Amino acid sequence: MYTNQRTAYGKTLVELGAVDPRIVVLDADLCASTMGKMFETAFPDRHIEMGIAEADMVSTAGGLAQTGLVPFANTFAVFMAGRAFDQIRQAVAIGRLNVKLCGSSCGLSDFADGATHQSIEDIAIMRAIPNMTVLSPADANETVEAVKAVVDYEGPVYMRLNRNDYPNTTAEGEPFVIGQPKVLREGSEVVVFATGYMNNLALEAAERLEDRASVRVVNVHTIKPLNGERIVELSRGMKGVVTCEEHSVVGGLGGAVAEALRRERLPIEFVGVNDTFGGSGHCYQDVLNYYGLTAEHVESAILSMLN
Amino acid sequence: MMKRLESIEELKDMARKLRRDVIVSVGVGVPGHVGGSCSAADIVAALYFRKMRHDPANPKMRDRDRFLLSKGHVAILQYAALAEAGYFPVEDLAHTKEIGFHLQGHPDVLKTPGIEAGTGSLGQGLSLGLGMVLGNRIQGIDRNVYVLMGDGEIAEGQIWEAALAAKAHKADRLIGILDQNGLQAMGCVSERMDTNPLPEKWRSFGWNVIEIDGHDMEQILDALDRADRYNGRPTVIIAHTVKGKGISFAENVVSYHNGVLTEETYRRAIEELSCEA
Repeated sequence: MYTNQRTAYGKTLVELGAVDPRIVVLDADLCASTMGKMFETAFPDRHIEMGIAEADMVSTAGGLAQTGLVPFANTFAVFMAGRAFDQIRQAVAIGRLNVKLCGSSCGLSDFADGATHQSIEDIAIMRAIPNMTVLSPADANETVEAVKAVVDYEGPVYMRLNRNDYPNTTAEGEPFVIGQPKVLREGSEVVVFATGYMNNLALEAAERLEDRASVRVVNVHTIKPLNGERIVELSRGMKGVVTCEEHSVVGGLGGAVAEALRRERLPIEFVGVNDTFGGSGHCYQDVLNYYGLTAEHVESAILSMLN
Repeated sequence: MMKRLESIEELKDMARKLRRDVIVSVGVGVPGHVGGSCSAADIVAALYFRKMRHDPANPKMRDRDRFLLSKGHVAILQYAALAEAGYFPVEDLAHTKEIGFHLQGHPDVLKTPGIEAGTGSLGQGLSLGLGMVLGNRIQGIDRNVYVLMGDGEIAEGQIWEAALAAKAHKADRLIGILDQNGLQAMGCVSERMDTNPLPEKWRSFGWNVIEIDGHDMEQILDALDRADRYNGRPTVIIAHTVKGKGISFAENVVSYHNGVLTEETYRRAIEELSCEA
């Protein structure tokens, strides 16, 4: 079992690559960080180093897909969604090319590097693009299954992955169905929709509030296509809705859930980065604390629905 | 399989037909990219009707040569070639850009048979072509990928990212063709954003460079054959061309980059491009 999404990703690609010769991997001088390095070591002829040139990497991946291969292009989430936006939109998404984009070190998880390397807009950017599938697995276990689902799916996919180690909240080997939210914990008063690492904090908050609030926690690993009907179903009868994401509160999971619930008369609170850039810290936890991404923040959002 | 035109005269006549088709696609009263289509028509005729291995009945044939229009705004030229080759009826050209029709303002891989890449945002074709060359190589397919670029277009930085990468990956089946007509949307390339000197730039990026007159069919064919013989490095064919070539009043006229034809200029253009052969 892995406890790091990057490692889970790199190892799973190698496992799948051994039986599926269509899989090729591209990196932009960050393969030791994205874990594309594992694939490079295992299959040097099917790993393509593109240098420090993300735009070129994504278009090249498009060309590879057009020959029937299944390219996985890796770089930090902030560069994928930022530097290569036009390439993703114009060549990959419009043509619905079978290109897989891995946004590594997502959210604030590259804690030391600060605002330039912290990706707080990638979900908003990627989910605005027609034809795009946007995934944000909860943990390492789910990443393993998500990579398998991504290979089986025909079409462009963006998947964001965390840089750091943390305990799994999902079970090993649970099948990953694109578009299907997973209930991690049942409850009847407040529903928390969380994505990525924030599932851990949502569960922690729900447990701490056990005597005061009945909280349902739902892991939304697929942000697009969002299963709107299921989001509505899981929200009806609740006193309120909380969304949790390691991303800006503008246009991410919170926005997507609010869009899905637009005809429901339900209060919604967003836990996320409050429309500000990130910054450096000495450890992940310090940065999360500073930007308001802790179990305590989730707790108070839940409680605000009960008052 | 595509039937090759064997004689220079037939190819020249095909280039004339393509230009005429372009005019028909543009029609009267709405803007269309006449200038940059006409500058590249001889090159495109040579590729589709002589040089490339391709099959209009089987556009996805595994071991085909590929043509990518990096300067995607002259889609009407590629549509003309695909139609004349038999990918779809020539009559479709008159319906270009109609709502819901398969011939869009820029090439669309999902809508039009024979289109290899979605281009239009400039500067991306060379990277897409590189991906195809590398994908072919991994799968043991030894075919060429031709990428047509404009001399204004190559101000886009991504072209040079791809130029570096193609050299690094020894992509010798990648052949860039630079339609150097000297004009861009807002004027002369040399005055707007000078991309010269071109041969020196490409050579310094590690590419083989061939310079030709882009309207001389023999030189075009010879350059395409020479590009086949280079190994270990990508090749760029720098084709000196005239924007609007073949239509007297449009030659070297900036406004025909995306120009509007009146009833009168449409008639004159069709007349000038009607079979003198």
